[in-house]
Amino acid sequence: MAGFDESRPIFLQLAEMLEDGIISGAFPEGGQIPSITEYSAALKINPATALKGINLLVDEGLVYKKRGVGMFVSEGAREALLAKRRESFYESQARPAAREAKALGITLGELKKMMERGYEDVD
Amino acid sequence: MSIELKNVTKTYGGVRALDSVSVKFGGGLVYGLLGANGAGKTTMLNIITNRIYADSGEVLIDGESAPGNDRALGKVYMMAEANLFPDSMRVEPALRLTAQFYPGFDMDYALDVARKFELPLKKKVKALSTGYSSIFRLTLALSCNTPYVIYDEPVLGLDAQHRDLFYRLLMEKCAEGEQTAILSTHLIQEAANLINHAVIIKKGRIIRDAPVEELSSAAHTVSGPAALVDAYIAGRKLLSVNAIGGLKTASVEGEPDAGAPAGLEISGIGLQDYFIGLMNEEEGK
Repeated sequence: MAGFDESRPIFLQLAEMLEDGIISGAFPEGGQIPSITEYSAALKINPATALKGINLLVDEGLVYKKRGVGMFVSEGAREALLAKRRESFYESQARPAAREAKALGITLGELKKMMERGYEDVD
Repeated sequence: MSIELKNVTKTYGGVRALDSVSVKFGGGLVYGLLGANGAGKTTMLNIITNRIYADSGEVLIDGESAPGNDRALGKVYMMAEANLFPDSMRVEPALRLTAQFYPGFDMDYALDVARKFELPLKKKVKALSTGYSSIFRLTLALSCNTPYVIYDEPVLGLDAQHRDLFYRLLMEKCAEGEQTAILSTHLIQEAANLINHAVIIKKGRIIRDAPVEELSSAAHTVSGPAALVDAYIAGRKLLSVNAIGGLKTASVEGEPDAGAPAGLEISGIGLQDYFIGLMNEEEGK
């Protein structure tokens, strides 16, 4: 099972894991996600931490609780997550890449070329 | 509903093993009792479970004075190092004997745990290896279903695979939310994600008693070129500092500066690093 990075709160990392699962289709819309107990045992994290992580998605309406049954992925959750990640793409990916490029003395022209090449390489 | 110690002091031959300790355990949480060897962890646990007496102070279990009070003490199960079973007793009868003393003991669950660990049921308790002796005792602790369970160095002698299994079973148990667990350990890294609340003890005194989240936001790490790090840490309470060539990494108490200069990397601090820093800090290093 994936290890955690101890410099960031575990509940945030769990929430991201769950988001990744929804985006990849591992947790399809309308499907059930693992329970707090399952997450807690499988990842060896405190149940309160697991609850806190999952509640982040509940608060955003990406996951909902059915009393006595479990938790399910909301309809539209995947599209909502994609939109959220697109929105943060500049801050989380583009800007750091540009900063690193600058520090290395890579010109804007070279950077653009690399981005094009990367874009073509990925299926 | 809690185990509560009020101003508990215990002295051995002039050395204060516990120095006016006040602390509470309850609320269905998982506590980490963290300290170096000889810090007073086991002394505290032995006083809670009436194995030794405090020189002064009070121990209350759900509000009742604990010493000599069987009803109160019956709410606490301690996984201890000592085996209290007769030398000739085998594992399975020892499980059944324990079940007679603890009404909530779940024999089916105990046998299931034993099977998962491949604990030899027909072997004499006395003849178990260090690792299997730990497994035997943690099987009892997981199965007893008392309101409070104390695990004293539960993974002593266990290999990685069995430690992993124990942590899974412990989290499953704790997710039921009906039990308060105290995990006394010097393996802080392994306990860090399992516990809600840390009680850090040093030389018989409690130096931190707080939710883990609070402790990890009580400090942070900064790294970068030495000159920048030195400027950043000036006037801050330092937990630790490491320099490799011109690169410096320091852990300091408090929240990070919002306006830290570019070139400095600020990150969170793990419980273990915080603990090590605290130990050094209190030494005045």
